[in-house]
Amino acid sequence: MPFGNTHNNFKLNYKTDEEYPDLTKHNNHMAKVLSKEMYGKLRDKQTPTGFTLDDVIQTGVDNPGHPFIMTVGCVAGDEESYEVFKDLFDPIISDRHNGYKATDKHKTDLNFENLKGGDDLDPNYVLSSRVRTGRSIKGYALPPHNSRGERRAVEKLSVEALNSLDGEFKGKYYPLKSMTDADQEQLIADHFLFDKPISPLLLAAGMARDWPDARGIWHNENKTFLVWVNEEDHLRVIAMQKGGNMKEVFKRFCVGLQRIEEIFKKHNHGFMWNEHLGFVLTCPSNLGTGLRGGVHVKLPKLSTHAKFEEILTRLRLQKRGTGGVDTASVGGVFDISNADRIGSSEVDQVQCVVDGVKLMVEMEKKLEKDESIDSMIPAQKQQLEG
Amino acid sequence: MPFGNSHNQLKMKFSSEQEYPDLSKHNNHMAKVLTPALYEKLRSKQTPSGFTLDDVIQTGVDNPGHPFIMTVGCVAGDEETYEVFKELLDPVIQDRHGGYKPTDKHKTDLNPSNLKGGDDLDANYVLSSRVRTGRSICGFCLPPHCSRGERRAVEKLSVEALGALTGDLKGKYYALKNMTEAEQQQLIDDHFLFDKPVSPLLLASGMARDWPDARGIWHNDNKTFLVWVNEEDHLRVISMQKGGNMKEVFNRFCTGLTKIEELFKNKGHAFMWNEHLGYILTCPSNLGTGLRAGVHVKLPNLSKYRQFEEILKRLRLQKRGTGGVDTAAVGGVFDISNADRLGFSEVELVQMVVDGVKLLIVMEKRLEKGQAIEDLMPAQK
Repeated sequence: MPFGNTHNNFKLNYKTDEEYPDLTKHNNHMAKVLSKEMYGKLRDKQTPTGFTLDDVIQTGVDNPGHPFIMTVGCVAGDEESYEVFKDLFDPIISDRHNGYKATDKHKTDLNFENLKGGDDLDPNYVLSSRVRTGRSIKGYALPPHNSRGERRAVEKLSVEALNSLDGEFKGKYYPLKSMTDADQEQLIADHFLFDKPISPLLLAAGMARDWPDARGIWHNENKTFLVWVNEEDHLRVIAMQKGGNMKEVFKRFCVGLQRIEEIFKKHNHGFMWNEHLGFVLTCPSNLGTGLRGGVHVKLPKLSTHAKFEEILTRLRLQKRGTGGVDTASVGGVFDISNADRIGSSEVDQVQCVVDGVKLMVEMEKKLEKDESIDSMIPAQKQQLEG
Repeated sequence: MPFGNSHNQLKMKFSSEQEYPDLSKHNNHMAKVLTPALYEKLRSKQTPSGFTLDDVIQTGVDNPGHPFIMTVGCVAGDEETYEVFKELLDPVIQDRHGGYKPTDKHKTDLNPSNLKGGDDLDANYVLSSRVRTGRSICGFCLPPHCSRGERRAVEKLSVEALGALTGDLKGKYYALKNMTEAEQQQLIDDHFLFDKPVSPLLLASGMARDWPDARGIWHNDNKTFLVWVNEEDHLRVISMQKGGNMKEVFNRFCTGLTKIEELFKNKGHAFMWNEHLGYILTCPSNLGTGLRAGVHVKLPNLSKYRQFEEILKRLRLQKRGTGGVDTAAVGGVFDISNADRLGFSEVELVQMVVDGVKLLIVMEKRLEKGQAIEDLMPAQK
């Protein structure tokens, strides 16, 4: 792989003009921001672990755009990437995250008691509830950049931390590389198994190197709390269950996360976090809370209403098919989740989902009875209210 | 991408054991050779352009094996890779190239008059003839490692050199990134167009970065001489035509290659070559001549003969489907080419193809008539 520092210095023998990528056919956040001047300014820099500008942008150069979504087109290789290359990242973050400014502060709130309601979403409509986030372990390079030694160290630490959990969190780790066929089938049936990335967005960033070394899945015995190790981030933490009790899901999410964090801190490897960017993750789209809280909900009538998209926008929600990002909905069942990641807290974002889904279920019921929903169309929610 | 030298230095903080890849499920040349001890010895090294051990082996770590072929599992990032990491690459080369030793010398012979015959392969059986090789330009990193600036410089030099060709070789360059739809369709119809690699073997080594920047296809007006720029090697040079006149194909191949080499030399950029490894290419499997000469030939009877594989082996030939490596034969038509690359000259390899295919056709004709071919079985070349 080419983007080393001897090689980065070697590249400086070529002019900026000669090295600047051709972004004329590109449509991603990186391409919108990275002018030739900026490339010239940042090209000789590197983070302490040796991540360079070309490392940051390679995925965006190799993937000009996506037909449906505006991709980010750049990644961090370590915690310092966001600082060393802030001239590039700050405008991208602002563009992607509702104008979030370089001087803004992000609030973290993982106190589940601050969530109002959320325990009574109608299970005739809400089939399942889920909250996920990511965490990066301080002191290690991120998935686009880490070595096998670093990745294995992250795995070792994570497994120690997770195996010390008890009560409803007691569980087991399944490393990808030594999984039995039976374990694999069960994990697939539970919808827990993650596979080697095939998305060119991820592959071009180098995240799949050495697969499946040091990758694995941990889950509790109840199958309601799940951690992915060394996939797109060091950790992806997921709480989920059938039905509409988002309050319970969020509680388990917060309690579990905080227990894990304590154990990592004891080993002097806390989570990457700062007061500007919140939790630091590989992809700039996941900064802040890194949280996606969502439900699978039946909205066959509402989803065909003329104002469905507008309603979602106003509620600060997004829709996906039930296969996740980029899939189509099946049988009128949608994955509805928060659209925001940074600039509002975990509680704020889950509150949006809870309140918004409640409203949409009521709208669905009205439409079932052929009643109008015009009076129910909400005003545009601001990211932070009152 | 992580494999830089700040990062390589950082990795040294982890013990060799912690960094050594898990090769327990692997079956490629690299995995057979790279012991923990060897990894430890080489892990702190880098070439002058910054290519490290992990860079060399990444493709082999990420691709444990192929069901049908023993893959190489390592690549070079520059000319010096083969020297700096010789303790890994020499045994890989030896294993891959029939026991070729680190002290062996490779002979280059691109004099087409040294080829005997080859102008009369039966056109009822031999549908087409083709010779290809690769070339690397001195002073530039290879496709797994080169920057955009380097790749563009290779393209610029190549287009200038090819633009100076005349006569039968006069032609035109089609850059991948601004090809018109019409041009693209024509190149597909001519079977000339190469696409962004999809093979995980290639992708994992970083060869597809920045696609399609500085990639393109040049071909002569007659469509018998073709050059790929910045695909798996700096240059891939191909001479081909319908029918069985391999002599003419090889003639054009040698003439064209020699002219191109002159033009590059005039610009101060020779091809990477040394007397041990011959022509230096990205994949160790293509060292030496980098040459694959082959025909598409109809062998419906012979291919079902129980000793077909053995015959090919003795003739030092290999078979592929007509879609190239890893494809199946269609309608009894096979791609038959030389198995060797290193340790034999270009003339010697094409001679093997010419002589071997001639014999295969004789065998095919016998089998058509229900006659035996045991007396025709060759000895091991």
